[in-house]
Amino acid sequence: MVSLSPRNLPSPPPVPEPAEGGHSLWTDAWRRLRKNRLAVAGGIVVLTLFLLYFIGPFFSQHYEEQNLDLGASPPGAAHWLGTDTLGRDLFARLLYGGQISLTVGLIATVVALAIGVTYGATAGFSGGKTDTVMMRIVDIMYALPFTIFVILLMVFFGRNIFLLFLAIGAVEWLTMARIVRGQVLSVKRMEFIEAARTLGFGRRRIIFRHIIPNVLGPVIVYTTLTIPSVMLLEAFLSFLGLGVQPPMSSLGVLIKNGADSMEEYWWLLVFPAAIFSLTLFSLNFLGDGLRDALDVRASKD
Amino acid sequence: MFRFIGRRILETIPVMLIIITGTFFMQRFVPGGPFTAEKAVTPEVLRNLEAYYHLNDPLWKQYTDYVWDLCPKRFHPLALANGLDLKAAFGIDFRPSFKYPNRTVNEIIADKLPVSLELGGWSLLVALGLGLPLGILAAVKRNTWIDYVCSSLAMTGICVPTFVLGPLLVLAFAIHTGWFEASGWYSPIDRVLPCLTLGNFYAAYIARLTRGGMIEVLHQDYIRTARAKGASEARIILHHALRGGLLPVVSFLGPAVAGILTGSFVIETIFQIPGLGREFVNSAFNRDYTMVLGTVILYAGLIIVLNLVVDIVQVWLNPRLKFE
Repeated sequence: MVSLSPRNLPSPPPVPEPAEGGHSLWTDAWRRLRKNRLAVAGGIVVLTLFLLYFIGPFFSQHYEEQNLDLGASPPGAAHWLGTDTLGRDLFARLLYGGQISLTVGLIATVVALAIGVTYGATAGFSGGKTDTVMMRIVDIMYALPFTIFVILLMVFFGRNIFLLFLAIGAVEWLTMARIVRGQVLSVKRMEFIEAARTLGFGRRRIIFRHIIPNVLGPVIVYTTLTIPSVMLLEAFLSFLGLGVQPPMSSLGVLIKNGADSMEEYWWLLVFPAAIFSLTLFSLNFLGDGLRDALDVRASKD
Repeated sequence: MFRFIGRRILETIPVMLIIITGTFFMQRFVPGGPFTAEKAVTPEVLRNLEAYYHLNDPLWKQYTDYVWDLCPKRFHPLALANGLDLKAAFGIDFRPSFKYPNRTVNEIIADKLPVSLELGGWSLLVALGLGLPLGILAAVKRNTWIDYVCSSLAMTGICVPTFVLGPLLVLAFAIHTGWFEASGWYSPIDRVLPCLTLGNFYAAYIARLTRGGMIEVLHQDYIRTARAKGASEARIILHHALRGGLLPVVSFLGPAVAGILTGSFVIETIFQIPGLGREFVNSAFNRDYTMVLGTVILYAGLIIVLNLVVDIVQVWLNPRLKFE
C-alpha cells in the first residue's frame, strides 16, 4: 500500500521523529473509520457480543444444566430461545458456545499472526533463492488437504481444544505469510526505500522504520478478517465432528446439532445459525471498515 | 513459457513425494490401526490380513514398494474414456482398500470422484456466474444503492457459510415446500441445492474481489485514456478494465478450487451425496491406510495442477508478472 503520510518519508537521521503529532496515518485512519457507519455499527455489535459471551454466562443458567422432563421446548418466557432435546437452555448454551468460538478465533489468529508475519517478512525481505524456497514451502502446505492434518493431530494428542488452536493457526498463517510477503516485496521496490538506501541507512532501520509501518495496515486488516474465517473453520470442523468435543460446545457444534433435528425443532438450528452469522457479519464489517480506513489509495475518491 | 510450465511440473515431483511421505509415516505413527475394531479378529485371520497387506515387511520396504506402485508406468490417456481407471491409463496403483478388502482404492476413486468433480464443477460455475457480474456491477456503480445491494449480498454470502445455508435451504425448499429432495444425487434437480449452497460462498468472495480489483483498475490512467478516446462504457469495462480487474479473482481461484474440493465434505454429508469427500473423512476415521493415502494424493495432485493453471492464466492476464 502506498501511504502518503509524512511518517514514511525518510527523515534525516539525527532528528528524532515527533511523537504522533499532526495527521499521522493512524489519526487519519481513525477519523475515516468513525465516518464509516457500517464499520462503527460492526464494532459496537462485536463489543456487545464480546461482553455477552464472556460476562453473560455468569448471570445465565449453567449451560450444562439439564431438565429431561422439559425436553425440547419452543421459545417462551422461561427459556427465551427454547431448550434442546435434553432440556438445556439454548440461550445459555449459545453464550457459552459463542465464548468458545470467539476464544478459538482469537487465539488461533494470534498464532497465525505470529507465524505468518515473521515468515512472510523474512521471505519478502530476503528475496532471491530464500524467498523462492520459503514460498514453495507455503505452496506445498496449501496443497495439503488440511482436514487430514487436523484429523491426525486430533488422534495423536486426543481431541484437545488447544490443539485445535494450533492446528487452525498453523493453517491460517499461510495466507498471512503470503500477504505480508507480497506487501514487503512491493514496498521494498518503492522509491522511498531506494532513497533510504541511498542515504546509507542500515538494513534494520529500513525494515523497522520504513517497511514495517507500511505493511502494518494490511496486517491489521487481515487480522480482523482472519478472526471470522478462523471461527468459520472451527465451525466447519465441529460440523464434521472433528472440532470442539462435548461436554464443551461451540457455535459450530450447536449448528450441527440443530441441523440434525431441524425437522422437528426449528429453533435449535435457526438461533445458533443467526447468532453465528451475526458474529461473522459484525467482525467482517469492522474489518472492511478498517481496510477502507487504512488503505489510503482506495479511499481517495 | 514452455520452460516455465516444464519446470513447474518438475517441481511438483518433490512436492508430491513430501506429501506422500508425510502422510504415509504420520498415519503409521498414529495409535490404532485398520484392524482395531470392537469385534476382535482371531490371530490367524489377523496374520493372514497382515500378510495380504504386507504389513509384516519392514516399514521402509512397505514405503518404497508403495511409492513404486504409485509411479506412473504407462501413458494411455484414452483408457480414461472407459471410466476413471488410473491403473489402466497411467499404471498408478493405489492398492486394495483396508476397509473394503475386495475393492481397490482405484475402483473406489473411479466410482466416487466423478460425483465430487461434478458437484465442484457446477459449484464453481455458480460461483463465477453469480460473483463476477455482481462484483463488476458494484464496482461500476460504486457508492450507489446498486453497489450497496451487491456488496451486502456478497457479505451475506460470506457470513452464512455452507453448513448453515445448506440445512436452511433444505428446511425451506425441501421440507416445507417440497420442491426438491432433501438428500440424494439421482436426477438433475438434485444438483440444484448442493451446488447453490457450495457455490454461493465462493460467489461472495469472488464478487468482493472483483469489485476491489475493478475499482482499482478503473482509477488507472489508461482507463482515462480509453475514455478520452471515446471508447464506449461497455468496451472500457469488458475490454480494458476486466483484464486487470480480474487479477485478484484469478489468484483467488487456486485456493477457491481447493476450498470447493474440500468444502464438498460438508455438502456431501448434508445432502448425502456419494462423493469422494465423504469417503475420505470416513477412511481417516477408519484408518484405511491406502484409502487415506490415495485420496490425499489425488486431492493434492488436483490442487497442484489447478494452481499451475491459475499461475499461467495470471501471467497471461498481467504480462508484467513474467514467468519468473
